[in-house]
Amino acid sequence: MSLRTLSLLIVLAPLAGAVVAGLFGRFVGRTGAHSVTIAGVAVSTVLSFFVFKTVVLDGAGGFDGPVYVWGEAGDLRLEIGFLIDELSATMMLVVSFVSLMIHVYTIGYMAHDPGYQRFFSYISLFTFSMLMLVMANNFLQLFFGWEAVGVVSYLLIGFWFKRESAIQANLKAFLVNRVGDLGFLLGIAAVLLVFGTLDYASVFEAAPGRSGATLNVVGTAEWSAMTVICLLLFVGAMGKSAQVPLHVWLPDSMEGPTPISALIHAATMVTAGIFMVARMSPLFELSEVALNVVMVIGALTAFFMGLLGIVQHDIKRVVAYSTLSQLGYMTVALGASAYAAAVFHLGTHAFFKALLFLGAGSVIIALHHEQDMRRMGGLWRHMPITWLCSAAGTLALIGFPGFSGFFSKDGIIEAVRHSELAGAWVAYPAVLLGVFITALYSFRMYFLVFHGEERVDPHAREHLRESPLVVTGPLVVLAFFSVVIGWPWVEPILFGDYFGGAIVVAPEHDVLARVGEGFAGAGAFATHGFAALPFWLAAAGAAVAWYLYIREPGLPARIAERFRGAYRLLVNKYGFDDFYGAFFAGGTRRVGGLLWRLGDVRVIDGWIVNGSARAVGRIASVIRHVQTGLLYHYAFAMILGLLALMTWLLYGGPAG
Amino acid sequence: MFSDFPFLSLVIWVPILGGVWVLLLGEENRARNARFAALVVSLVTFLVSIPLYAGFDGGTAAMQFVEKAPWIPAFRIHYHLGVDGISMPLVLLTTFTTVLVVVAGQETIRHRASQYMASFLILEGLMVGAFSALDAILFYVFWEALLVPMFLIIGIWGGENRVYATIKFFLYTFLGSVLMLVAFLYLYAEAGSFEILDFHAVRLSLPAQIFIFLAFLAAFAVKVPMWPVHTWLPDAHVEAPTGGSVVLAAIMLKLGAYGFFRFSLPIAPDASSELDWLMIALSLIAIVYIGFVALVQPDMKKLIAYSSISHMGFATLGVFIAFTLLETPDGRTSAIMGLEGALVQLVSHGFISGALFLCVGVMYDRLHSRRIADYGGVANTMPVFASFMMLFALANSGLPGTSGFVGEFLVILGSFQANVWIALLAGLTLILGAAYTLWMYKRVVFGEVANEGVAGLSDLNPREVIVLGALAAAVLLIGLWPAPLLEVMGPSVEHLLDHVSRTKQ
Repeated sequence: MSLRTLSLLIVLAPLAGAVVAGLFGRFVGRTGAHSVTIAGVAVSTVLSFFVFKTVVLDGAGGFDGPVYVWGEAGDLRLEIGFLIDELSATMMLVVSFVSLMIHVYTIGYMAHDPGYQRFFSYISLFTFSMLMLVMANNFLQLFFGWEAVGVVSYLLIGFWFKRESAIQANLKAFLVNRVGDLGFLLGIAAVLLVFGTLDYASVFEAAPGRSGATLNVVGTAEWSAMTVICLLLFVGAMGKSAQVPLHVWLPDSMEGPTPISALIHAATMVTAGIFMVARMSPLFELSEVALNVVMVIGALTAFFMGLLGIVQHDIKRVVAYSTLSQLGYMTVALGASAYAAAVFHLGTHAFFKALLFLGAGSVIIALHHEQDMRRMGGLWRHMPITWLCSAAGTLALIGFPGFSGFFSKDGIIEAVRHSELAGAWVAYPAVLLGVFITALYSFRMYFLVFHGEERVDPHAREHLRESPLVVTGPLVVLAFFSVVIGWPWVEPILFGDYFGGAIVVAPEHDVLARVGEGFAGAGAFATHGFAALPFWLAAAGAAVAWYLYIREPGLPARIAERFRGAYRLLVNKYGFDDFYGAFFAGGTRRVGGLLWRLGDVRVIDGWIVNGSARAVGRIASVIRHVQTGLLYHYAFAMILGLLALMTWLLYGGPAG
Repeated sequence: MFSDFPFLSLVIWVPILGGVWVLLLGEENRARNARFAALVVSLVTFLVSIPLYAGFDGGTAAMQFVEKAPWIPAFRIHYHLGVDGISMPLVLLTTFTTVLVVVAGQETIRHRASQYMASFLILEGLMVGAFSALDAILFYVFWEALLVPMFLIIGIWGGENRVYATIKFFLYTFLGSVLMLVAFLYLYAEAGSFEILDFHAVRLSLPAQIFIFLAFLAAFAVKVPMWPVHTWLPDAHVEAPTGGSVVLAAIMLKLGAYGFFRFSLPIAPDASSELDWLMIALSLIAIVYIGFVALVQPDMKKLIAYSSISHMGFATLGVFIAFTLLETPDGRTSAIMGLEGALVQLVSHGFISGALFLCVGVMYDRLHSRRIADYGGVANTMPVFASFMMLFALANSGLPGTSGFVGEFLVILGSFQANVWIALLAGLTLILGAAYTLWMYKRVVFGEVANEGVAGLSDLNPREVIVLGALAAAVLLIGLWPAPLLEVMGPSVEHLLDHVSRTKQ
């Protein structure tokens, strides 16, 4: 089969599953719904692996071509098409595989939910959309996938639509993302302006030649076109990948069922922004201003969002803030031109974060939808598989040498250390301190949930047992990959030619090459990791967590009391939500109300229209006859007359 | 074979004569027959309109399916019809929408059903006449005549405050139309005939063009409607019965934008170019100002009405941004994007706003309220309905893959080539449109069952599924594959662009 046919099958299989489960859910039943969607995603996974083997392992070349012409306007031809190269083949495999795991897991997690078929339909639809996004060969389709995953995310956050908090959260997620999308759309418009096409290959090819192009944005000042394009596109990435200050929707998205927190809000959709910037590396390489902005935004997100994870009590929210922080790491890597490291971390993070979420989900269902860690503790005895898998995920997250997260995160930290951009002055301390914070919140969660005294509700305690196989199975698979996936891939991805021409790095920005100069194999890299600063920072974080939550469990409350100001700042999430709520949500409504009551009702209607109406008040008295039916007959008579007149003029009239 | 057969006349006169027939069937015990007859007439009309698309030659900008016969020879007035790539999609939109309105009204209209159906059929014929007239007087007759059935639809089957709404409707549209007639008479004096195509060719000084442009503007801006002559629309919609709202939003508003394409631009190109800043400003005000106003509406129909005004702002923006783009180097493709985007927006808005008004109608039929506050948790009792409305709400928010995206995308991309800030302001609709639509959806459809009324709701019946399903298919088809629509428009739009880029002074 050609790559084009394969690609079509890969996207259409989950779409078919989604359509069947969504439109015919009542006929196919629960078993039918999960069978057909899992079959669809399994087809995608197998074929994605085949594509991965062909393109990446065998290096047999990719595919770039159209599927159909979406529309033409003047000289502009807009197509739907696929670009299959090392980058998209990698993303396809990660997306379809994680999605498959989550489909299986969902059988257990949603077993008693009345919206079972609808849920399977949505997650398959999501898989389709995400695949369309990563496989796009042009900006139009990228935007299609971009918005489509946003919509499915909206539908899934609000999946339990009776809950006020859920439907508040999904509206917020959609609108905050739309702010990013506006920037993204304008970025696409700027690409069209500068390059006259939306096709990746043509744009990237022409990019170096247009690096000096300028745009007039404010007054007569000439701005670098590449900087404008990259910054606008990055605004889109900030929305989708939840970077400060457009991050506020992601913690609230935890209102959705846990499988989608894992799939969409940790492993795949939120990394779309990272993927997009990596895909656009030929453009970003031409603007150091943009790279610096990207790096600083990422650093702020990595550091400050990590801090918030420390004060959360809801298990899913801790993981959510962890996701924000890790996305910050990936963004920092992008800013440092270490695109490969960003995508590598994206991949390892997809495994270990999906694992942590599914582990949390396993705990949540075992405790009958309890999410507060203050009512957990000591669960390791009751849920050994979940416990061990979560431990593996935690070690991968904090970057314990040898685990997958270590390779990718250390790669990022080293890359930033070598970066010569000004932003690295902010980013390097942020990512280093971030390691300490990551270990602190991760082990805080781990200890609160699995160790220490049991604080479980007595009622839930009676039914407490390990989750069924459909839940633990995916956990084990994901845990396996979270542990080992770094070993074989660190060398080719970070320091080898894994991505070929899919990612472009200017020689003066090539930090990974500098990091790679001292690289002597994955084993040596891991061994050296034990002697490096990040390891000791992580160890310190873990030790502090142990002291605070196992050794002296009363201490955290006293610390919070002592540093009440700082604690309140963290609990209030730095005030972003309050400010946005008051200024944007409240402000737009006030502006709307003012424009309506003052502009429309008082000025236009009150003075002008009704004023005229009073002046010709007699019309009103005529019109009142409408109700009597008099005018009605008159009007129809008029039409009949018109009809007769026209007929007469046509066939029997003077011209006749 | 297609071009000689008088398809356009059929599409105009079948519904008008059919409407009279339905009227004659009368009320009382034969209302059932009348409703059924109306359905047959509307379907036949739709069928005879299909050859207009199937037999359309997408390679030319010339008028097609032309029919010409002398009507009032003393003034060289002709019964002259024809369609091009600009008007043909609007004719099909009209015949398609009317079928849906007639189907939707089958059981819900009890009061004077045959008169109701007849009004819509006659209105359909008149609207098609207005879209296909190539003689200014013929156009004027259709344009004025179609107000009567709409006036009756609101006045007879309307809500409590219908008298106020009809006065407002009348006042606004009447004043505009009179000025348009004056412009026609002036052009007759200059061109020596009432042929619209002769009007296009006539040379005019800039002051004359500006006078004509403003006279047309008075007529068309009210119909679109553009800010600040828009306030009749929310009142008319609120008082109109569901079918009236659908036709008003889906088709009648398009007449205003069509007027810009057919009259203002080709007849007064220099004035259009001279005054484009005004039109762009008014369009942006419509998009942003009205977007804010829509946000705070407590009444669903009013909210959708304001949303219509905001979306129509994209149509007028797309039309007039073309003049700015023509002045930039390589601006031709962008100008085409603007104009085609505007046209796609007209068709798409027809489907989406029609569908949303039908959705409100579905709820209104059951609970007799349009107030958002009277609903909540509708998804619990009407899951199928909730799915349909979700699709239309997302389409209204301009989601890619739905028709709502195509026009906005083309217009925003085109505008950016002219000016970054215009694109940014227009792009605010991405946020505002989603905010007012989805916030309404949240309050109406999501949540716990709000009251006993909602608890007792029954889901869509087959008739409603057919109507909403047809619209959903149209919305998705155009969103996923707008190429056929764009192809039909292409030559006519490019011809128009060539025409307006030459001065007429």
